[in-house]
Amino acid sequence: MTTAAVPLTPAVPDYLRAKQGLLAWLTTTDHKRIGIMYMIGMLVFFLFAACMAIIFRLELYSPGQQLVENDVYNRLLTLHGVAMIFLFIIPGIPAVFGNFFLPIMIGAEDVAFPRLNLLSWYCYLIGGLLALVAVMTGGPDTGWTFYVPYSMSTEHNVLIPMAAAFILGWSSILTGLNFVTTVHRMRSKEMGWFQMPLFIWSLYATGWVQLLATPVVGITLVLVLLDKYVGVAIFNPASGGDPILYQHMFWIYSHPAVYIMILPAMGVVSEIIPTFSRKTIFGYKFIAFSSIAIASIGSLVWAHHMFTSGMADVARIVFSFLTFFVAVPSAVKVFNWLATMYKGSIYLGPPMVWALTFIFLFSIGGLTGLINGALSLDLHIHDTSFVVAHFHYTMFGGTIVIFFAAMHYWWPKMFGRLYNMRSAYVAAGLFFIGFNLTYFPLFIAGMRGMPRRYADYLPEYLVYHRLSTIGSWILVSSILLMLGNLLHSLFKGRRAEDNPWGGATLEWQTQTPPPVLNFNGEPDLSRGPYEYPTEVEA
Amino acid sequence: MTQHESEHADHHVVPYGLYVRVWAALLLLTAITVTASTLDMKHVTVLTAMVIAVSKALLVLLYFMHIRFEKRIYVWMILTVLGAYGVFIGLTFTDYWYR
Repeated sequence: MTTAAVPLTPAVPDYLRAKQGLLAWLTTTDHKRIGIMYMIGMLVFFLFAACMAIIFRLELYSPGQQLVENDVYNRLLTLHGVAMIFLFIIPGIPAVFGNFFLPIMIGAEDVAFPRLNLLSWYCYLIGGLLALVAVMTGGPDTGWTFYVPYSMSTEHNVLIPMAAAFILGWSSILTGLNFVTTVHRMRSKEMGWFQMPLFIWSLYATGWVQLLATPVVGITLVLVLLDKYVGVAIFNPASGGDPILYQHMFWIYSHPAVYIMILPAMGVVSEIIPTFSRKTIFGYKFIAFSSIAIASIGSLVWAHHMFTSGMADVARIVFSFLTFFVAVPSAVKVFNWLATMYKGSIYLGPPMVWALTFIFLFSIGGLTGLINGALSLDLHIHDTSFVVAHFHYTMFGGTIVIFFAAMHYWWPKMFGRLYNMRSAYVAAGLFFIGFNLTYFPLFIAGMRGMPRRYADYLPEYLVYHRLSTIGSWILVSSILLMLGNLLHSLFKGRRAEDNPWGGATLEWQTQTPPPVLNFNGEPDLSRGPYEYPTEVEA
Repeated sequence: MTQHESEHADHHVVPYGLYVRVWAALLLLTAITVTASTLDMKHVTVLTAMVIAVSKALLVLLYFMHIRFEKRIYVWMILTVLGAYGVFIGLTFTDYWYR
């Protein structure tokens, strides 16, 4: 798909060719290079965490012990969770695509605090390396939530992974601060709040959640360590502390963190769908405000993770009631995306296929979230594999699928190369099959009572686990094919035009790959971010 | 905000005397906290400590961190954070009060 209206801009040295050498990259303050460095780090940690999952899914292929001992199983499970959540999904889209595209999409030369941006990447790297050290020193077996009192009494090392999570929190806070300030202060003077692309709105809302919620988990982790090693008795019931307070403080951050993960993904969908439907977005202001609403309401529902923890009944009812409200702005977005596609001139390019995959999978994840949020039902399915299936449909089917969508959407702009379309379609199709085969059986197993985090199970759950493990092989094959295709394009891919998809936001106005200062002159802001030319060659 | 107010926010110089008075007030409040901790005030003990702590934090915010002389947007941002904090605490107490 090409647009005749957008000419190729004359080439000037782009950000990839500006300054060569490892040192130039490691000391760069260019937001685009920092975005690329995040991407490399994240994909490494993603593959690392995926390997853990493959191993314990193999263990679950049959009942009884097959491959790893129970203790090793617990540690694999923990590190899978820690690496996926803290090293990939939470920083994911904002750190990679937010860093790369936020300044360009608002017509700025860089973020507000470029050096802070680099510091943020180093915090991420140090946190990630500490997590690897935790693996080498045995690794914790607490699950990624580090619940007390078990994290107080376990003999495995929790200090290092907690320190890793603490430092990663700093990275997240600094990125949030940078993005909020950048949107306020660096936006082109001609771009009002309601001329901003919706991806920017979602990053802005996310930035606020990062700023307000992340310090809480940092403080909580420090308190756990003080409790464990100094005996200050905050959470440890053995010395008069309250373990449920830990759960409150942990989830005051970690539930909003779910929205740190999903909001930017929703922003990316709001970019891809109008571009590939050749139609302006339906209900711009509703989508923009629904991001703010999700960020706000999502901060009030944390204790729905704790319905079986021994909380007061009043709190359980209040939090169950509040949880249902989050569904409203989420549904606003989904219906607006569908309305955008209605009567559009839809081109099913690979990014659009991934975006549609997201809508399908995230809708299942979101609707099963309502089942979890209903107090009466949650008492039955809490800590079963139903919950595992639910959050994989939202986090993996939501955030990670859109990470892949964003890679396919912006890859030509970032690297100036087009990937092989047929391989991209095959990978997306295989992914869809593998994903549903891996996780859907877990809904049924969970409803029938299969507990989560168990290394063994009764023979009646065999069929669900077997389907799930076979699905995981298809899933991994599809991801390897997708990554292989993208990497291959760097060396053998066709050169990409400036605007291969016919997008209307500012990043498509500049050259491919973008120059160091993002634009060769003033970007043209006379058009809105979703105003497309009427004539399109598809 | 008017032009005059904006310039006022940008160029406001706080006299040293004011800083010294705020410092003295902080010391006084600390002394009161320490003294109060030795008295048996039953269930208002925690409330007293919290009220004093909040007063001290406000003094630091308003004067040492210059919020009193800043543009309104920063005041609103800080109020947003305080509001969020209040909501977190309030909702947590739906558990603690009724447990």
